[in-house]
Amino acid sequence: MELAAHVLAWLTDPAHWQGADGIPVRIVQHVEASGVSVLAAAVIALPIGLAVGHSGRGGFVIGSVANLGRALPSFALLLMLIPVAVNLRLDFSTWPILGAMVLLAIPPMITNAHAGMREVDRDLVEAARGMGMSGAQVLLRLELPLALPVILTGMRLAAVQVVATYTLGAVAGGGGLGRYIYDGFARQDTPRMLAGAGLVALLAIATDVAFEVVARITAPHGLGAGERPGGTESVGRLIQESGV
Amino acid sequence: MPNEPLIRWDWVADHLDEVGSALGQHIYLTTIAIALGLAISFTLALVAHRYRRTEAPITWVAGVIYTIPSLALFVVLIPVTGLSTATSEVGLVGYTLLILIRNILAGLDGVPADVLEAADAMGLTRPQRLLRVELPMALPVVMAGIRIATVTTIGLVTVTALIGQGGLGQLMLSGFINLFPTEIYVGAILSVALAVAADGALLLLQRALTPWSRPSTARS
Repeated sequence: MELAAHVLAWLTDPAHWQGADGIPVRIVQHVEASGVSVLAAAVIALPIGLAVGHSGRGGFVIGSVANLGRALPSFALLLMLIPVAVNLRLDFSTWPILGAMVLLAIPPMITNAHAGMREVDRDLVEAARGMGMSGAQVLLRLELPLALPVILTGMRLAAVQVVATYTLGAVAGGGGLGRYIYDGFARQDTPRMLAGAGLVALLAIATDVAFEVVARITAPHGLGAGERPGGTESVGRLIQESGV
Repeated sequence: MPNEPLIRWDWVADHLDEVGSALGQHIYLTTIAIALGLAISFTLALVAHRYRRTEAPITWVAGVIYTIPSLALFVVLIPVTGLSTATSEVGLVGYTLLILIRNILAGLDGVPADVLEAADAMGLTRPQRLLRVELPMALPVVMAGIRIATVTTIGLVTVTALIGQGGLGQLMLSGFINLFPTEIYVGAILSVALAVAADGALLLLQRALTPWSRPSTARS
């Protein structure tokens, strides 16, 4: 309990809330790097997942991407990208961790975008076709809104993972909340280390909750809670499928 | 490090012992984590299956643990268990819980009600029904969970290098500290190869254990 008091004292020390190594700066760095990575991954992953889901062809590619993503640990990716960055004369405290986060975020987004599209009732698609909708209209006005909850689940899984992974960037000299953990560990400053761990855990849980709120707001009208594609049961199954 | 090749094969040839022992430690840490994780998850999943009210809190706690970043979870344990195997195992086991509990529950819930009724009508007691009917029928889904948990754990073991464990992660970290890419790449490639091999081996085990669920003979 004495340790808990030390951690609390560290967290409430005004000196730790200002300057380049202050908590607000570290949180902003963490959120910024995570946000950029998730957006970059979304730009790559969502069009592929949606296209494969819409056309119904090439599903095996999605499975392979998911498996590869699961087998390639983010820590290994980070370390593997460091020699590459050095050879390209890029800053190795910035780029390898961003690359690792983007690559990490792609598989859950692709698999869920694909799963969401495939889950759309085929009868509805046929009805839309029968009404004379073009392929693009079916995609934009029917499939996309109905698949949105599952797509958001994929983004949520990816975002939580990315927030967690940016912690590892501190190993290569990056910023963010991982700095407190890594520096605290290196200097045997346990309160700093534990405060950092607590802050990162809170940020990861906050990210999860934020996506939950967005998912509730954007859930398509006319779908009951039980049949909503993004309901808890579906999320559980998607976690099993994507393994994240 | 510039102009250094990504892999120096002569180094690999000279350090096979070191690489082998890192690989061995990786397998050791993974095996313990999966065995302990399975024991705990089975117990909790059976409780949640029998007493449905406990399902939500059990999966919620497992979900929160799963959300905590790995490095954060590992370092929080250092003041309690020090820089030991126990520290990495508690964290590794923690991450397997959500995956395993969810799949065990999904497997048990997937047993058709008429099969359960038939078992009851044959006079099986609850424990007999669980062991002879429900668990065998849940096995494919449970094995799918074990495969995901194993592959995930093999990846997470690399992170425990930062708290002095880590198997192949240790090799990779040393490569980073010494600016020697060969160690990083050998560790990373072997870690991926181990994950793929473990996944394949478990798939074969699953097929051997459930000969009735081969796709060619399966009817739905």
